[in-house]
Amino acid sequence: MPVFDAHIEVTHLPGISDPAGATVERALPALGYTNVSQVHIGKTIRLTIDAPDRGAAEAQVKEMCERLLANPVIEAYEVTIT
Amino acid sequence: MTARIGVVCFPGTNCELDALHAVELLGGAGEILWHGDATTKSVDGVIVPGGFAHGDYLRTGAIARFSPVMGAVADFAAAGGPVVGICNGFQVLCEAHLLPGALQKNAGMKFVCDTVDLRVETVTTPLTNRARAGDVLHVPINHFEGNYVCDERTLAALRADDRVVVRYVENPNGSLDDIAGICSEGRNVVGLMPHPERACETILGSDDGAVMIGSLLAAAGAAVTATA
Repeated sequence: MPVFDAHIEVTHLPGISDPAGATVERALPALGYTNVSQVHIGKTIRLTIDAPDRGAAEAQVKEMCERLLANPVIEAYEVTIT
Repeated sequence: MTARIGVVCFPGTNCELDALHAVELLGGAGEILWHGDATTKSVDGVIVPGGFAHGDYLRTGAIARFSPVMGAVADFAAAGGPVVGICNGFQVLCEAHLLPGALQKNAGMKFVCDTVDLRVETVTTPLTNRARAGDVLHVPINHFEGNYVCDERTLAALRADDRVVVRYVENPNGSLDDIAGICSEGRNVVGLMPHPERACETILGSDDGAVMIGSLLAAAGAAVTATA
């Protein structure tokens, strides 16, 4: 069965606060970087998956995101299969 | 008959003995519900206590939600049984969708360990039925991820249905609308970040938590009477 690489980006949903991003955004000016805004911190998850085809791989990874890898109540996710 | 309270224990839970102690101190009977057993052992009430269930890997409560006991806890809650999640237990109940929203990292990325004032907002829950609305209770908090978040529609529903159970008098963690604890639509499932079980004796600095654990025993006792 073919093996695919999955790259998953998990981010906060719009309107949900991002305490880590906000804290880093406040820290950067102390280092002299005063021109930075909109800092957001999410998660990257990489995995490999055996699947009959790319579509099946993507469908399973999305299902895993819904059930475990992301919390759809507060997080969005984006899946890239290669 | 004495109300029996089941205290859920996952690998990584560390407040189960505190919870058992508080339950027994206040006249209830307590027993551990091991996470691998898919049963609530016919108890009258359930506490999901604090700690780091399954190491809190990925997200707090994310993996604990799939432990076999959680199916039994969900069935118990669906049947109207009183369930209280404390700290990590609150996070687990949110991940399990028994409560709406989620807990994320504190504003400012600071771990907080303190004793704070909580205002009781509603008394029609298994955590507050022996309190009075407006009571201010002095109860410990001890968390890094207690910053309650939800979408606007959920927040509006929580407010409209009087489902914010306790609010912080002074917000310690950035929690939305100063929320320290909420209840489910059916009102029988409650989650809160503070630790009432650690404030049931004056020697511990406060016994204000006793009214909350006592409320749970009363709710569980009502269940005993109803089935007797």
